[in-house]
Amino acid sequence: MGKLKKTIENIYLSLIVLFLYAPIFTLIVLSFNEGKSRAKWQGFTTSWYQEMWADEAIMAALRNTLVIALISALIATVIGTMAAIAINNMKPLSRNIIMGITNIPMLNADIVTGISMMLCFIAFRISLGFKTILISHITFNIPYVILSVMPKIRTSEQTTFEAALDLGATPLQAFFRVVLPDIMPGITSGFMLAFTMSLDDFIITHFTKGAGIDTISTLVYSQVRKGISPAMYALSTIIFLTVFIVLLIGNYAPRYFQRKKAAA
Amino acid sequence: MDNPLIDLVHVSKSFDGEMVLDDLNLSIKENSFVTLLGPSGCGKSTTLRILGGFVKPDQGKVFFDGKDITNVPANKRQLNTVFQKYALFPNMSIPENIAFGLRIKKKPESYIREKIKYALKLVNLEGMEDRDVNSLSGGQQQRIAIARAIVNEPKVLLLDEPLSALDRKLRQEMQYELIRLKNELGITFIYVTHDQEEAMTMSDVVVVMNQGYIQQMGTPQQIYNEPENAFVADFIGESNILPGTMLEDKVVRIFGAVFKCVDSGFGTNKPVDVVIRPEDVELVDADDPKALLKGKMTYSIFKGEWYEMGIQTPDGYEWLVHSTENREPETEAGIYVKPYNIQIMNRPVSEDEEAMSLEE
Repeated sequence: MGKLKKTIENIYLSLIVLFLYAPIFTLIVLSFNEGKSRAKWQGFTTSWYQEMWADEAIMAALRNTLVIALISALIATVIGTMAAIAINNMKPLSRNIIMGITNIPMLNADIVTGISMMLCFIAFRISLGFKTILISHITFNIPYVILSVMPKIRTSEQTTFEAALDLGATPLQAFFRVVLPDIMPGITSGFMLAFTMSLDDFIITHFTKGAGIDTISTLVYSQVRKGISPAMYALSTIIFLTVFIVLLIGNYAPRYFQRKKAAA
Repeated sequence: MDNPLIDLVHVSKSFDGEMVLDDLNLSIKENSFVTLLGPSGCGKSTTLRILGGFVKPDQGKVFFDGKDITNVPANKRQLNTVFQKYALFPNMSIPENIAFGLRIKKKPESYIREKIKYALKLVNLEGMEDRDVNSLSGGQQQRIAIARAIVNEPKVLLLDEPLSALDRKLRQEMQYELIRLKNELGITFIYVTHDQEEAMTMSDVVVVMNQGYIQQMGTPQQIYNEPENAFVADFIGESNILPGTMLEDKVVRIFGAVFKCVDSGFGTNKPVDVVIRPEDVELVDADDPKALLKGKMTYSIFKGEWYEMGIQTPDGYEWLVHSTENREPETEAGIYVKPYNIQIMNRPVSEDEEAMSLEE
């Protein structure tokens, strides 16, 4: 009986994993397909990967995507962490109100955020381009950072900060030596989340990018009409694998180090 | 030597319009073990936080060793605090936790190493250097917190309910440990607790607080045997607080019966509060000539060292009695109290007046 239950459980799990990853698996397979067909296997090749590296447009878009994701995640992490600390020190009423306000952009439809950012830039006569994408990405990333740093701050005892002061540390020393290391895991996951959100974004980028600059997502979109080159499959495969590896590291590295520390 | 080390002068503090400390005056002598005792919300923790420099008083001044330190920030004060929740730094090793204050002060490495060793020995945690902070038990964490504070050689150690998270047996052990530490270090301990037993065991001076006022300040014996008002009597141990009338000096009438006592100076026919500790109520047979009042036993619970019993007198008051001799419920018994076991207190007219009158 127990064995049967276990088997059914495993089948169920496998089905879920299959449905989740079958499309990505298809993409990976097609990126190695000789022909341009999406339905027929015409032999193995890595030429799409070579073409991808050689394609100036793809490489520029990739660069833009990564640079924007990195810078926006970094800035959003700094601002978001500072905001979370400040919000945590507010009185309960104002804290709840501010947290509610920070949650709105996350629940808000991207298209609304995108269009309103675009209108805002135009109204303030800021020409659309790299910097407007960056500003928008920082803006929509901040709430995610706040959300992941906040729980860590709340469990990190207010008293450790006071204890550091008590032992003679200045508020700045207390923050950098005691509070920051304590909330670091929250900050790291906030950064990772912001980085992925930025990497992922299409709609907001689409509305705020202006002409002459593309990220991966907007480049793919512009190619849809004339048919997507399998080079894009190759690129998507690489992106998927990168994210996959980063996630693996993010999940297992802290545990690995902890075990190493415990063993030492 | 008789000059106070710490002086709080007319200190008031309110949070969100709620008065927590109201014109508090408190002097603390050097080398004493002073306990601030009171129920939660009485202002004892706020007093400690004002001393530590974490809270600024709205009014009044704080003097330390004759100097005004009201506006000196926490990190520049010669006091160290042991926090209720230990507040150890989870990202640091045990020696690094202890060394924190010394590293901030940029002491030489050899001095720091010496101090860590000394402190660990002092709190009985030698050989624990390599353990992870988070793997320590509550009692061990608290010892580390104490070690971390005392390596800085403070003149005063502030302790904010440091034992409240420990279980009963460990708490008792730590009480003796703290007394030993205080004697070895020869510094002043200011201890905050809501546990009257802790206060009684360890303190040279107990300061009983309620609603932002000091209710009574004195040795544990004074506080227990001569409570100045009903609050102190009720808060320190269990007691029977009875309405009485002072007929003349050394004679008080309780529920119609005349008791001899040792207090005088209350005037004649004056309504007073009478405090009688449960262990001072003597139960005798109902027809014993010693019996001053008669009543009916209501309940009896075996407590190990004594029986806790109730006896109801005809006026309806149920007396609490602690005695090694049991008496069965529903039986009649007589009550006798020795004169020196009766404590007479002025009866305040209102609660606020009660609090106010004690400030003087």
